[in-house]
Amino acid sequence: MVDITFGPEPGKRPDLTNPTEAYIHLSRRKRLYGFILLILFVALMASGFQVAQDRNAGDFLSGLHQLPAFPAEVLSEAWTNRANLPALLWQYLPSLIETINIAAAATLLGGAFGACLALGSTRHLARFPLLTPLFRRSADIMRAIPEIVIALVLIFILGGGPVPAVLAIAFHTAGALGKLFSESAENADLKPVEGLASTGASWSQQIWLGIIPQVAPNWLSYALLRFEINIRASAILGFVGSGGIGYDLKLAMQWGGGKYDQVVAIFALLFCAIVVFDQLSGYARNRLVKGQ
Amino acid sequence: MTDATQFGTTYATVQRQFKTRRLTAYAIPVLLLVYLSYLFLSFDIPGLAARARMDNAKILLSDFVAYKTHVTRDNRTDKLSVSIEGEAKATFAPNQYPAWVKTDGDTTTIDLGKDNIVTYDANGARYNVPGYGLIDIQPEGGKLKLTAPQPIPDWINVTDTRISVTTPQGRFAYSRSKVETFKYQPGWALFFFTLDSQFYGKSYGQLTAMLGGERIDPARSNLSYMASEFWHNKQWHHGDVAWALFETVLMAFLGTMGAALIALPLAFLAASNFTPIRTVRFAFRRLFDFVRGVDGLIWTIILSRAFGPGPMTGALAILLTDSGTFGKTFSEALENIDEKQVEGIRSTGAGPLQRARFGVLPQIAPILLSQVLYYLESNTRSATVIGAIVGGGIGLLLTQAIITQKDWEDVAYYMILIVLMVMAMDSLSGWLRRKLIGR
Repeated sequence: MVDITFGPEPGKRPDLTNPTEAYIHLSRRKRLYGFILLILFVALMASGFQVAQDRNAGDFLSGLHQLPAFPAEVLSEAWTNRANLPALLWQYLPSLIETINIAAAATLLGGAFGACLALGSTRHLARFPLLTPLFRRSADIMRAIPEIVIALVLIFILGGGPVPAVLAIAFHTAGALGKLFSESAENADLKPVEGLASTGASWSQQIWLGIIPQVAPNWLSYALLRFEINIRASAILGFVGSGGIGYDLKLAMQWGGGKYDQVVAIFALLFCAIVVFDQLSGYARNRLVKGQ
Repeated sequence: MTDATQFGTTYATVQRQFKTRRLTAYAIPVLLLVYLSYLFLSFDIPGLAARARMDNAKILLSDFVAYKTHVTRDNRTDKLSVSIEGEAKATFAPNQYPAWVKTDGDTTTIDLGKDNIVTYDANGARYNVPGYGLIDIQPEGGKLKLTAPQPIPDWINVTDTRISVTTPQGRFAYSRSKVETFKYQPGWALFFFTLDSQFYGKSYGQLTAMLGGERIDPARSNLSYMASEFWHNKQWHHGDVAWALFETVLMAFLGTMGAALIALPLAFLAASNFTPIRTVRFAFRRLFDFVRGVDGLIWTIILSRAFGPGPMTGALAILLTDSGTFGKTFSEALENIDEKQVEGIRSTGAGPLQRARFGVLPQIAPILLSQVLYYLESNTRSATVIGAIVGGGIGLLLTQAIITQKDWEDVAYYMILIVLMVMAMDSLSGWLRRKLIGR
């Protein structure tokens, strides 16, 4: 028999008769590992950057000199045409509203679907406990698909417009929120559910009256955070596919010089919208989670 | 008396609160409904049915899971060609026609399955549809003469110059210049080896046997030959696709890690317990907010003007956007640290850098790492989208395949790979988190 009380290998045991030596030995080894990891990380970053630069059209250092050129060109042209700006801001406002509407519709749709996924995949709460792994996997897959994939395919089928973007963002949102919702539902107190069950409440009544009031602040705050993310996603999808202010931005950019005042107007609108909605939702989330 | 008035006011408050609650409980669904109906009109949902192209959906779905082989005879030169999806580079050589195409002199017999037989010969072409009868087409004086059981069903389309037949087994079309038959088969054609490869059409058993057999190319083993034929597949370009995936992951990695490295020192300058000067703190906070608010899309556009298309531009765009986000979260984490540990380190006579290294970093490392790892996974997805804009990685391949509007099997392939890539990054970041933080 091997005497395992003293560890698997006698050689690696710290010598406890001399604790200082043992401690120094241990910390030295730890430092060595940390150093090796650091070297590895730096090497990865450096070589990765080199590879990325080689595959890039432009060089990093020469690009750095040109970096201010484009913003300067855009801004100077917009400055000469600054009289147009208020009219342009007004002109692009409907597109901005469409972008925000896309994000809101996708968040509502995705949130509703994500709630169903979450209830289906939470232990103790699921209507069909055997199906929880299925719900979880499907949420994982929905989360993994980038919006652009679904949006481009749907544009081919449904034609341009906001609907493909809404469906694509909602699909991803459902997966992402499904996971977060299910995590917070897992932490919910089950006593109200038991109480409701003892009165003969049905499953939907148990969930609606026992779980939803507990998780609602958390769920709402997650949904608001998603809404912020979705505004950005909907702008990007517009640029790649169709609908909203992203599409107008693409058209103005393709035109190049001469329409830079439009580009500036769109940038400004988008920036303001993102900042305003970030602030609003941050404030609302603080109130929801911390009470006040 | 005082008790009663107190009770009265409490009662009134409770009543009022109940009333507001009940009102909000009704108002929220009503507002939601109003908003949804506004969206319904503003997105023109009723017009969607008219705009939707269900035939496109059908093409797309059938292309996802099946491929078609064209058997075409040029009626002027009598030349027969068999090719996959009608592509020139996927044309079968005459000695490797699939088993369901048989040639005998001028006569070609195509077995579409379930007793559907198409025959091309010198007189014209015939299609025998079981349960219906024989469709016989012969060109006569510049026109096509159709002999088929009457009445002609609607799945046979007849004009003077073109006759086409669509059955569940395949499609058949006769025009003056050529006669074509399309056979649909499940799966993705030529996924492993193209037609010009030595390994095309071999079963798995045959391929395994070839591994140990005689070398086809004396310079290398059959296994490495097979691997290189697969890697350089001219239809699917597996090698290029793998590169594109790597590029996408690289963009996410460089962007996320670079952003964390830049944001960490700046976060100290934005944290109130490390930077007592208010203006500096304020300036850095606003800088983070600005960088975050400008958004990845705008950064991507500005950067691609300076650096041109490619993965480095994408990485830099991710880096810029996320350094704002990281700066904000890191500085918040720094403000929430326990000062006692820093005090303890200070009492040993440590300088500011040592205090930061031994007193602060160990405290914020778990928050920092979990943030960075979460963003690494999320940025893999963003890198796909950014790649479509800056022209790098799998995002570019995907948009290109979608723009052609016919290579839907490629689109399906890329979609599966993207999902697998993101899920792999998800598990990798989860694994690293458990290893490094222990939860």
